[in-house]
Amino acid sequence: MDSDDDFMSDVSSQDDFLGTQGSDDESLGEDFDDLDAGFSDDKDLIKHKKKPYEVEFKVLAPADIDHEQLGQVNEVCAILGLPPESAAILLRFGRWNKEKLIESYMEHPEQTLEEAGLGSNFEGTAKTECIPGFMCDICCEDGDDLETYAMRCGHRYCVGCYRHYLAQKIKEEGEASRIQCPGDRCNRIVDSKSLDLLVTKELQGRYRELLTRTYVDDNENLKWCPAPNCQYAIDCGVKQRDLRRIVPTVRCFCKNEFCFGCSLSDHQPAPCTLVKMWLQKCEDDSETANWISANTKECTKCNSTIEKNGGCNHMTCRKCKYEFCWMCMGLWSEHGTSWYNCNRYEEKSGADARSAQAKSRSSLERYLHYYNRYANHEQSAKLDKDLYLKTEKKMTSLQSQSGLSWIEVQFLDTASQALQQCRQTLKWTYAFAFYLARNNLTEIFEDNQKDLEMAVESLSEMFEKPVAELAGLKVDILDKTTYCNNRRVILLSVTAENLKNGEWTFNIDW
Amino acid sequence: MGSELTELTESPPEGIRVELADESNVYEWKVIMEGPEGSPYQNGKFLVKLSLPTEYPFKPPTVSFATRIYHPNVTNDEKGSMCLGMLRADEWKPSSKIAAVLQFARQLLSEPMPDDAVEGRIAEQYKNDRSRYEEIAREWTRKHAC
Repeated sequence: MDSDDDFMSDVSSQDDFLGTQGSDDESLGEDFDDLDAGFSDDKDLIKHKKKPYEVEFKVLAPADIDHEQLGQVNEVCAILGLPPESAAILLRFGRWNKEKLIESYMEHPEQTLEEAGLGSNFEGTAKTECIPGFMCDICCEDGDDLETYAMRCGHRYCVGCYRHYLAQKIKEEGEASRIQCPGDRCNRIVDSKSLDLLVTKELQGRYRELLTRTYVDDNENLKWCPAPNCQYAIDCGVKQRDLRRIVPTVRCFCKNEFCFGCSLSDHQPAPCTLVKMWLQKCEDDSETANWISANTKECTKCNSTIEKNGGCNHMTCRKCKYEFCWMCMGLWSEHGTSWYNCNRYEEKSGADARSAQAKSRSSLERYLHYYNRYANHEQSAKLDKDLYLKTEKKMTSLQSQSGLSWIEVQFLDTASQALQQCRQTLKWTYAFAFYLARNNLTEIFEDNQKDLEMAVESLSEMFEKPVAELAGLKVDILDKTTYCNNRRVILLSVTAENLKNGEWTFNIDW
Repeated sequence: MGSELTELTESPPEGIRVELADESNVYEWKVIMEGPEGSPYQNGKFLVKLSLPTEYPFKPPTVSFATRIYHPNVTNDEKGSMCLGMLRADEWKPSSKIAAVLQFARQLLSEPMPDDAVEGRIAEQYKNDRSRYEEIAREWTRKHAC
């Protein structure tokens, strides 16, 4: 049965291939692996071959996540001989690191159980009881028919108080995996069996949801898709420490493409750290400071910032009354009479101040070069997206005007998606390039960037043509779309290879 | 809650006296806390306000010093609030008792917890320049709590 399952999942990952072959005979699947090499020039198969910038990942539906959790619990259960609800608590305590947990349990079983909030008593079943003469320590109710409950730690309270306590923890505090016994200073964790016995179905559901949430949050391999209302999680083996070498873009079932490392939307080819630095740089307007240093000068004596707003080069600092020449920054008294035309450029006295000024100017211009292109692609991608929304309309009118069938106008949809994706990539190439130190590799990178950019712009232009001309452009658009996609693949592949091998030199430490 | 109040007023813990701030409101308590012997708060009488949330005992009471006090775990303003250990929502247990809360607060006067401080500056001083801290705390006690 197991091998059967594996086989099935292999086949389903090649659905596209099966689809294009129009075959529904699954027994054919067995030969696929052998055939792969022979089909290597088949477009669909190329699509499935992993490219240097792609990473392995799996999309998990909520049911898959539950299934995984359960599997792990059962495994630990079997190895350590604990009841499943206790094994689950132990696993959550150890953040699902099974190996470490089992090792620690084998070495110091009692201590491990204690730290996990379990205790070593696993006798008895979870049930509510009426105990004559009992008084609840929380609400002070008593009565022989008062229903009460205690976990294995023996701290007994009335069911009403217990319920209220659990409801508040789950609903208001959003707590699930670390709800302790209501007893003062008792660190026993409330297990799922006790919980199911005490609270409503609705709360049980919420509790399970919260547990699933912590399962994903605690697992280094798992991450929620950040798209709003998306319920899928991604399973990917890329670790935080790998992020200097890999940009792990993943694609959820909801079609959202995002970075597994930082959960931002796809930012290939730029690594997460650079993306963060770039966004920070663009956001906190650190460039205002750059503007100031490019457009103003500082009094060489008291360091007040001065903006010259016209007139003579003879500056007198309002604050300290220091007199200097705006042009050469030198002392005015050395100046003689050349008031409106400073020709003392070679003099040493102002040279230092001037070089600091020039540096700041060129760094501003460099930043703006990259920023403008980055922002332009971001803007254009938005415009293309608007266009994409109009595409459907275009496709319908194209169908009626030129007599093409629905399937024949799909090329517009493909083209618009390619545009979006390429612009997203281009945008980030500029942020990436901003941090690159110049060398031969950078030049190759810029050539690739230029090729892609030109292809994208010309596709974009075709795309905007009036509907009447579109049918005639179909072949061109199709060609250009393929070309764009190929250029993108090349750019990303080369960049990813270099990143993986540590070939890039950067102009900053990160 | 009623029984806790009765117990506290009838047999209060050492150095602590409890009454209702307003007879018609059982949620606001007035506590007079004596500075523990041997601490720089010795001889001081501190007015501490204890408010119980309507969800008590499922949510923790809030404790604040109405009398100004120089202490790393009490905010150095007119609110005099503190948030620590068992008073935090996630550590509070419905079976915790107010008597324990008050004893905990008084214990804190003898043994501040500089690592959980709300006043970082005072905590630093407590750790690095104990005699100066004690001097100021004593002076504040004299000025505000005697």
